[in-house]
Amino acid sequence: MSALFATPLSVLNVGLASFAEAIVQRGGAATRIEWAPPANGDARVGAALAKLVNDQRVEAANAQAADRYLAAQPRLEGVGVAREVLPGMGERMILHAGPPIAWERMCGPMKGAIVGAILYEGWAGDAERARAMAQSGEIAFEPCHHHSAVGPMAGIISPSMPVWMVVNPTHGNRAFSNLNEGLGKVLRFGANSPEVISRLKWMEKTLAPTLRAGLEVLKDLDIKPLMAQALHMGDEVHNRNVAASSLLIKRLVPALLRSSAPAQDVASVIEFIAGNDHFFLNISMAACKAMLDAAQGVPGSSMLTVMARNGVEFGIRLSGLGERWFTAPAPVVNGLYFPNQSIKDAAPDLGDSAITETAGVGGFAMAAAPAIVKFVGGSSQDALANTLAMTHITLRRNGAFTLPALDFAGTPACIDARRVVDTGILPVINTGIAHKEPGIGQIGAGVTRAPLACFTQAIAALASELK
Amino acid sequence: MYIHKVVANLYRDSVSLMQLSASLAKLPGVEQASAVMATPANLDLLKDAGLMDDAVPASPNDLLIAVRGRSAAPLEAAIAAAVSALDKPPERPAGGGPAAQPPRSLQMGLAQTPEANLALISVPGEYAAAEAMKALRLGLNVMLFSDNVALSDEISLKKYSREKGLLVMGPDCGTAIIDGIPLGFANAVRRGAIGVVGASGTGTQQVTSLVHRRGAGISHAIGTGGHDLHQDVGGISMLQGLKLLSRDPETKAIVLISKPPSPSVAKEVLAAARRAGKPVVVNFVGAAQEAAGENLYPVKTLEEAAVAAVALAAGRRPARASTSKVTLPRIAFKKSQRYIRGLYSGGTFCYEASYLLDDAWSNTPVNPARKIKDVWKSQGHTLVDLGDDVFTRGRPHPMMDHRLRNERLLEEAADPEVAVILFDVVLGYGSHPDPAAEMIPTLLKAKKGRALAFVASVCGTDEDPQGLARQEAALREAGVLLAESNARAVMLAAAIAKRLA
Repeated sequence: MSALFATPLSVLNVGLASFAEAIVQRGGAATRIEWAPPANGDARVGAALAKLVNDQRVEAANAQAADRYLAAQPRLEGVGVAREVLPGMGERMILHAGPPIAWERMCGPMKGAIVGAILYEGWAGDAERARAMAQSGEIAFEPCHHHSAVGPMAGIISPSMPVWMVVNPTHGNRAFSNLNEGLGKVLRFGANSPEVISRLKWMEKTLAPTLRAGLEVLKDLDIKPLMAQALHMGDEVHNRNVAASSLLIKRLVPALLRSSAPAQDVASVIEFIAGNDHFFLNISMAACKAMLDAAQGVPGSSMLTVMARNGVEFGIRLSGLGERWFTAPAPVVNGLYFPNQSIKDAAPDLGDSAITETAGVGGFAMAAAPAIVKFVGGSSQDALANTLAMTHITLRRNGAFTLPALDFAGTPACIDARRVVDTGILPVINTGIAHKEPGIGQIGAGVTRAPLACFTQAIAALASELK
Repeated sequence: MYIHKVVANLYRDSVSLMQLSASLAKLPGVEQASAVMATPANLDLLKDAGLMDDAVPASPNDLLIAVRGRSAAPLEAAIAAAVSALDKPPERPAGGGPAAQPPRSLQMGLAQTPEANLALISVPGEYAAAEAMKALRLGLNVMLFSDNVALSDEISLKKYSREKGLLVMGPDCGTAIIDGIPLGFANAVRRGAIGVVGASGTGTQQVTSLVHRRGAGISHAIGTGGHDLHQDVGGISMLQGLKLLSRDPETKAIVLISKPPSPSVAKEVLAAARRAGKPVVVNFVGAAQEAAGENLYPVKTLEEAAVAAVALAAGRRPARASTSKVTLPRIAFKKSQRYIRGLYSGGTFCYEASYLLDDAWSNTPVNPARKIKDVWKSQGHTLVDLGDDVFTRGRPHPMMDHRLRNERLLEEAADPEVAVILFDVVLGYGSHPDPAAEMIPTLLKAKKGRALAFVASVCGTDEDPQGLARQEAALREAGVLLAESNARAVMLAAAIAKRLA
């Protein structure tokens, strides 16, 4: 305790500002903390949090979890079929985005997408029967995250769908994602018209085998370097993937041309990819999932491994709390809307794509993508500010993803639930906005925040776990 | 020879690594240095440069530092320098960028100010213990100004702090001075050789101000909070404060201030004081005098504590307390006027007054038999601590807000039995910016058409923002009889009342 007199007094002032002023007036050093009651004023959670601050068990667990996340090297392994490659995938099972949810409570786009998946699988002949079937309980609905998978927006994966297979050789885990259909009338926004179903069929019959042939030629495709390069080209690999998609096609085209795939198919596949600036998103998401799954399951860790939304609830998972979800109502995104659309038409926040923010890209790498801030109504300074703000709730910097605008500092990564609750700084998420009615599609984009209530529950649970 | 260091999973771009390599190569005893990402190509380069021969267990995600020279010590120093340089992440965008975010938590504040060594916490009581616990867990000493903290929380905070070798001042600690810097409600005093450990905020303010008025100064004044000497807390903070001051080379004499502790705690505190290795003046306000040890100087009042400490710090033996004669004012009181009414903003001042006027009623009497029935209604000689919870619920403390005392003062003045109104005026940081101006209109109104004696002491110094001389002059001008200390003000009031009895 000699430190008190041995070094000059330097005060952190929490509370009455006049105390800090008096200290400074008398020549002392005082830093003002902009304090608000943590955990939204829940003193019980606040007390639990206090005991977790600098808890050596949590620090050690977080170091291990973060090291695992950083050491992961996701690699694009190929394109598989959901029923064959997804762990635990049932024959009559449909996976969806976000935390678990029953059919009755699902949002419009998710219901529409499930009807589309039933039609696509041929389990029912028309939309009405498909809906009845969904309601009857004969189909199991489970989160993608329960099967090492992720999907944007509704995140629907049914057994016959092709999926990206990403492997992390460092830890031996795999992660999966569906393939991106493009914009407009698409399943992930709840559309299920015949053109949607026939595109899905084309993806299964033509896109998937052609990509498979190309990837066989390409062999190893390390995803982190590609993401890193895209960050230097103005993507944040969540809501802006134009550079990453271009880099991918640059790698794919020669491989496809050398492959055994029919020239006609190669041409249509290249056209399809070239026409979709978001094509890389699903690979980005699967790579992020692979990195975070590597960090999952370290007892005592307060590091986030999942943030995901099902259009009704926002859910998170912590490395140290196993399979448990901590949920709160999903926010409606206050973003920029396309002409003739408004917040009244918006579905609450939806999709597994917040896995990118969980992995330190997306909104956390906004400094890399000033163009996206313009899209959501901010300045390039806001982009830097958003990234810098996230450094206060994260454990590390990801040196694999550097930010030129911040002097090549790594992106802030490894969200610490303790720091979120303690500072009230909520993880920032770049997101597209779906229309609340199925099938209309994207109606805008915006920046949103993860709800605090998920984090306060998680902290209470971690504290009781470590008691 | 050469040595390596692998920093796992740390990326820096090649330009910053080249800069780092160049700065390492300039260090004494380093012939060649290189910091690279451990890619196969870079490892080959290091081999070619003679900085390694065998394979180093490193992956392309790892950062490898290699240095070559003649002896190990400078090379190890170079590696250490490199690691600490890498610890500071580049942060600010070139050319300004957005302003740094103000810290929102203690942990965030500490990251921005790593040299911080004390958290001053004044948040609402229900959140205060949690903030204090965070501060301790982060290695910070704590001053907990907040009150309404559960005793069980206080005990666990203090036990934890003792384990970690940290100091917790409070909860309910109003006053401290560390390194000459006022914390909370404190007076501006010069630095000097007298250390204070006080369980009472106004007690500490009185002693530190009087020390300053007598030309001496304060090394540190440590607050403990009012419950520290409670049996269940065991005086943990006071014992730690004593230990700190006994080891502090600047402190030549120590003053302990508290209301009477529980006997077992008192025993332990006095035993520790006897081992302090320097003179310790003890003022257990309102307690019978304890037997002195060789270096212990028990005193009756806060003023005596200050006087004794000034002498002891200068290497002199303290003089016996002077019983200087008081000059009584010539006031034509009516026959009915007999009583003193003390209206206090400082709790310890009120308590000290209750000790000195043993026949007065009070809401905080030294003698429990003199507890007043109705705190809102005086009887006989009455001393009211207006800082009591009963009066401050939903209202600012009377040191900041004089309205309640002014109202009560007019009531007392209207009582035909009242002859003397006794009060305290507390200056310093945290107090009202101009207490005299707040009180004088009421004093003048109270005095209109009747004889009345106002007796007061001003606790403060010439360096306080309110200015001691300015405040005293204004009060004197309004007819207030001023004494240098609370004890003297009480004796003056008592002398007036005695003549009227």
